[in-house]
Amino acid sequence: MSVPKRSDTGAARVLWYNDPGVRGVIYQVLTLLVVLALAWEIIHNTAVNLDKRNIAQGFGFLDSKAGFDLSQAPIPYSQDASYGQALLVGLVNTALVAILGVFIATILGFLLGVARLSNNWVIARLATAYVEAVRNLPLLLQIFFWYFAVLRVLPAPRDSIQPITGWVFLNNRGLVLPEFVFAPGLGQSLLVTLVIGFVVSVFVRRWAKRRQESTGAQFATGWSSLALIVGLPLVVFAASGFALELVAPQKSTFNISGGIRVIPEFMALVLALSLYTAAFIAEIVRAGILAVSHGQTEAARSLGLKPSTTLRLVVVPQAMRVIIPPLTSQYLNLTKNSSLAVAIGYPDLVYVGGTVLNQTGQAIEVIAIWMLFYLGTSLITSTFMNWYNRRMAIVER
Amino acid sequence: MTDAAKATSIAFVRRELLAAKSPPASTVGMVGWMRVNLFSGPLHSLLTVIGLAIGISVFWSIVDFAIIRAVWTGTSGEVCRNNAAVGACWPYVTTYWQSFMFGSYPETERWRPTIVAVLFAALLLPLLIPSVPYKKLNAWLFFAGLPVVAFVLLCGGYFGLSPVETTRWGGLLVTLVVAVTGIVASLPLGILLALGRRSKMPVIRMLSIVFIEFWRGVPLITVLFMASNMLPLFMPTGVEVDKLLRALIGVALFSAAYMAEVVRGGLQAIPKGQYEGAMALGLSYWRMMGLIIMPQALKLVIPGIVNSFIALFKDTTLVLIVSIFDLLGIIQSTRADPNWTAPTTAGTGYLVAGLIFFFFCFGMSRYSMFIERRLNTGHKR
Repeated sequence: MSVPKRSDTGAARVLWYNDPGVRGVIYQVLTLLVVLALAWEIIHNTAVNLDKRNIAQGFGFLDSKAGFDLSQAPIPYSQDASYGQALLVGLVNTALVAILGVFIATILGFLLGVARLSNNWVIARLATAYVEAVRNLPLLLQIFFWYFAVLRVLPAPRDSIQPITGWVFLNNRGLVLPEFVFAPGLGQSLLVTLVIGFVVSVFVRRWAKRRQESTGAQFATGWSSLALIVGLPLVVFAASGFALELVAPQKSTFNISGGIRVIPEFMALVLALSLYTAAFIAEIVRAGILAVSHGQTEAARSLGLKPSTTLRLVVVPQAMRVIIPPLTSQYLNLTKNSSLAVAIGYPDLVYVGGTVLNQTGQAIEVIAIWMLFYLGTSLITSTFMNWYNRRMAIVER
Repeated sequence: MTDAAKATSIAFVRRELLAAKSPPASTVGMVGWMRVNLFSGPLHSLLTVIGLAIGISVFWSIVDFAIIRAVWTGTSGEVCRNNAAVGACWPYVTTYWQSFMFGSYPETERWRPTIVAVLFAALLLPLLIPSVPYKKLNAWLFFAGLPVVAFVLLCGGYFGLSPVETTRWGGLLVTLVVAVTGIVASLPLGILLALGRRSKMPVIRMLSIVFIEFWRGVPLITVLFMASNMLPLFMPTGVEVDKLLRALIGVALFSAAYMAEVVRGGLQAIPKGQYEGAMALGLSYWRMMGLIIMPQALKLVIPGIVNSFIALFKDTTLVLIVSIFDLLGIIQSTRADPNWTAPTTAGTGYLVAGLIFFFFCFGMSRYSMFIERRLNTGHKR
């Protein structure tokens, strides 16, 4: 018996170019070719153009002397430092704005989100008006407003506004705060005890959870953590005989010396970024709380849980599952938006990079450093988010 | 005592119902509403008072600044400078109003952007109002006709119109040009990228993922810097790309990546049965997507799409960093005019810019809510 030919079995005869598999391969090869050709073209053009403009390639310029000043340098920096160090200062400044901004925006955002759901008509309307106004105005406009229309038109240092007379000064050159001077070694030991307190409280929490799961006995983890994290450093502080000195800034006729000066660029940026992001976080929090169905609360109450326990064990964990992914992307947005610092001259990574770019002409290298930082931050965060999502996802049966 | 005797001993039996009493005065009307919504307890009463105080003081300070203490007439910043407690400096705005709208577009040619704006509004409004007929013709005119007309009128160089360099464009004109081209370019590009990311072909999927994640991971400023500093390096020798066009490319690619993620969200929400149904009918991939999947997916993500439009509209302000003078850029440069230096010039300019941006963004978000309700065909429980 002969093997029947394919056409004899009744299968439809498909021309090779109508086969989806073959077509897929062709499309992909074509796309890849186009992309590769484009990439080659770009690389080739760039090489030619760079050659013509006599711009050296590579990161060698990072070691050359920078020669410009930066208005805020949390790590030691001078004009004699290298471009690399200048960029590092920019990186630290970006991190500073981002961390402080995230902190303030989170607190304000949660308050506003809860306020929008409040039964109190005035509070709910006020929060809604805030959210609508802030979300519909460009961030850059808000930064400019705080910087040029509020902070830069403050009086000169001579006529500083003094919220706490003799201690805190506010003028068009920034905010001057008293300086904390710790006794030698006290600062470090406080930091160490803080870390110890934190680590121990994590272990206490774990132990308490295990014990509750096996025996049902509860343990006041909140209070014990508070005691460990706040109490331990306090004890050390007391043991040192409160060896902390507040040094007030000295005001002369024209200027103010001493103290910690917060530059207006920093204030404007943190204010605008956190107020702007808070409006978005408020919407996320509101959606998260609304996403927990009322049945959950009712079920918890019928099990005999107190309202506070219901909130802590039933509502918040479920709301957080909805809130945290978009919240993280808001944090990322805030970090990326901090690059608007360049518009008001706050020395963040983009501002410093722009200065380096103008001085050296190393556009590709500088932009690569920017991309590397921001892209790296985003990718690390989104990896973490995916891990978190998998961990928190509802286990469906 | 027997039951019958008991019944007869009842002295009074009501035969008809009493009229319902009106509810206590404290639970109805104005007073009732206030007791529930404003003063439901000591804490809420306190919050209400504080909230009212904040609300009124913010509102009052805006009115005070913009109207009561404002300077209304004058020809230079002198009037706004001399008085110590002045509010908004309106003469500054009236002097520069034309610049706010057109930048340094030649004064004799400003009728051209005005015509484009009128045409834009005249074609957009009927497109947005669902009950107006001839939607198809309208859409063709808006998406195919208007861009050509706008390009010819704005750039000039044809039909005897004098050419106007894009470096002279500015103000609201640039803001709208960047926003509208960004919106029009990013939606189709975003849809393609979203389809690419959900494609079964590994090469196309990988390329889409890399593209989307790259643009989403970097700030728009660095994108604009890249467009203005690196794009010229990428071009073959002798090819010059216009500065505004470079920024437009940057903005469009950037927002396309965000749009792609929004559309992908909609695609993921479409049940598999829809795809299978379409395939069973023998539809090709593009027909399945265009006729069955996309209409449903896009409908689901209208709020997200409009949010990206609003974000894009707000982000157009960033072009001022690569020295393209959009509305905010013009305000930044005119308020530095030594003739108009005054403490409140900046505030006045930002107030005007804020009102214009708010008008557009708030309008978009309200329209999206309206269309969302309209398209909500029975998916709501």
